[in-house]
Amino acid sequence: MDAEVTLRVNGLRHQLVVDTRTSLLDALRERLGITSPKKGCDHGQCGACTVLLDGRRAISCLALAVAHDGAEVTTADGLADGDDLHPVQRAFIEHDAFQCGFCTPGQIMSAVGMLHEVEAGWPSAATGDPLVERVALDEDEIRERMSGNLCRCGAYANIVPAIAQVVS
Amino acid sequence: MQPFRYQRVADVAEAVTVLAEAPRGAFLGGGTNLVDLMRLGVATPDLLVDVRRLTSDRIEELAGGGMRIGAAVSNSDLAADRRIRQRYPALSEAVLSGASGQLRNVATTGGNLLQRTRCVYFQNVTTGCNKREPGSGCSAIEGYHRELAILGASPACVATHPSDMAVAMAALDAVVRTHGPDGQRAIPVTELHRLPGEQPEWDTILRHGELITAVELPPLGFAANSRFRKVRDRASYAFALVSVAAALDLAGSVVRDVRLALGGVAHKPWRATKAEEMLRGGPATAEHFRAAAEAELADARPLPGNAFKVPLARNVIVATLLDLTEAAR
Repeated sequence: MDAEVTLRVNGLRHQLVVDTRTSLLDALRERLGITSPKKGCDHGQCGACTVLLDGRRAISCLALAVAHDGAEVTTADGLADGDDLHPVQRAFIEHDAFQCGFCTPGQIMSAVGMLHEVEAGWPSAATGDPLVERVALDEDEIRERMSGNLCRCGAYANIVPAIAQVVS
Repeated sequence: MQPFRYQRVADVAEAVTVLAEAPRGAFLGGGTNLVDLMRLGVATPDLLVDVRRLTSDRIEELAGGGMRIGAAVSNSDLAADRRIRQRYPALSEAVLSGASGQLRNVATTGGNLLQRTRCVYFQNVTTGCNKREPGSGCSAIEGYHRELAILGASPACVATHPSDMAVAMAALDAVVRTHGPDGQRAIPVTELHRLPGEQPEWDTILRHGELITAVELPPLGFAANSRFRKVRDRASYAFALVSVAAALDLAGSVVRDVRLALGGVAHKPWRATKAEEMLRGGPATAEHFRAAAEAELADARPLPGNAFKVPLARNVIVATLLDLTEAAR
């Protein structure tokens, strides 16, 4: 059954008719040709499809496009300002924070969203003091907050320092 | 995925009316569990009524103390709320120990309570499962036991409830507000979920078309001294083998009052009333905590592959209560 949805992706407005079963991920990839969000597990377990949805990081494979009519979406390929890469993108390159690269756009979007959350003072399961005002983003915090993004190459050893560099 | 109609409605009353007339319909919240179950072929609704913007997405003070959490409040916003972190830290910790950052941003409070078991046999449509298909048998009992229940299970179903949040809410005497075809009602979280018995297809006592609109936390001063502790097979982003939510009030070295609930051990969040009764008025010592935990777990009937959960639950109860004893001093 079809439904009409409008999505604003990386600043551009798109109007499309989708089957109600279409995930936000499939709408982006198959309908709009925006392939930076990856389909890893398609069950919300790997994080490869992470995008910013109305400003917050979200799994796009478990979001139905029809339920997010009018949403603002940012994907990894919309992060840079022209040739000027986002600080998280630059840090991933400088630290060689990937091997095959399949999980990388999701890792980067998750890191961008996560840094907003830290700025907003959100605690995590690794935060010792529940009432802390300013979270010190140490290695334990980064690993906990990024645990929804799996990397089968095991590039975590470089992903963690890349994110730490952005913080410092 | 089976085809379905998607419908937006004006308010809660209309959502309830529309769903009451659609026996195969379902409410859609954040979708982080339902959409997955639809993709797996476990859930096959023919209509989704979107309720994500219908209920409140705010956390409010209640007159006389306590707080009301709108059903649409995201797991992230609930965990980050400073009042919740201060007055009910176990609830914030429980929410933060579940799922991942990008799931918690989308998952709602109402949806978290109503998520289905992650029993692998329930999620796999090629195996028998009485919860998914009544009368098809339980594949789990003869299968892999690690995640399964040790308390309150039945020959028909040994699944566990997956929510961490619900365990903290059960400990904190939270009450669910609902709006259904027969009107509104208030249900303690401890009574929302069922034990499987002969009808494991029913996770909760909610009727078809009954929508959770809010969760209320009663005032509980000593809940400021509460904790949630979770044991799992990896450090993050995994369901609980055993979890404990507890709040402790001490008068000197004596337990004045206590709240205790377990997760990962039963078909519902398990309020440990036997242990609580034994703890109240008793000494705040490791020995007494252990005796109370053992009293609660005396009814445990583990399967061969999850007998480890009995000593594990006992030890996590003792460790959590000792932490709270230390913090209260």
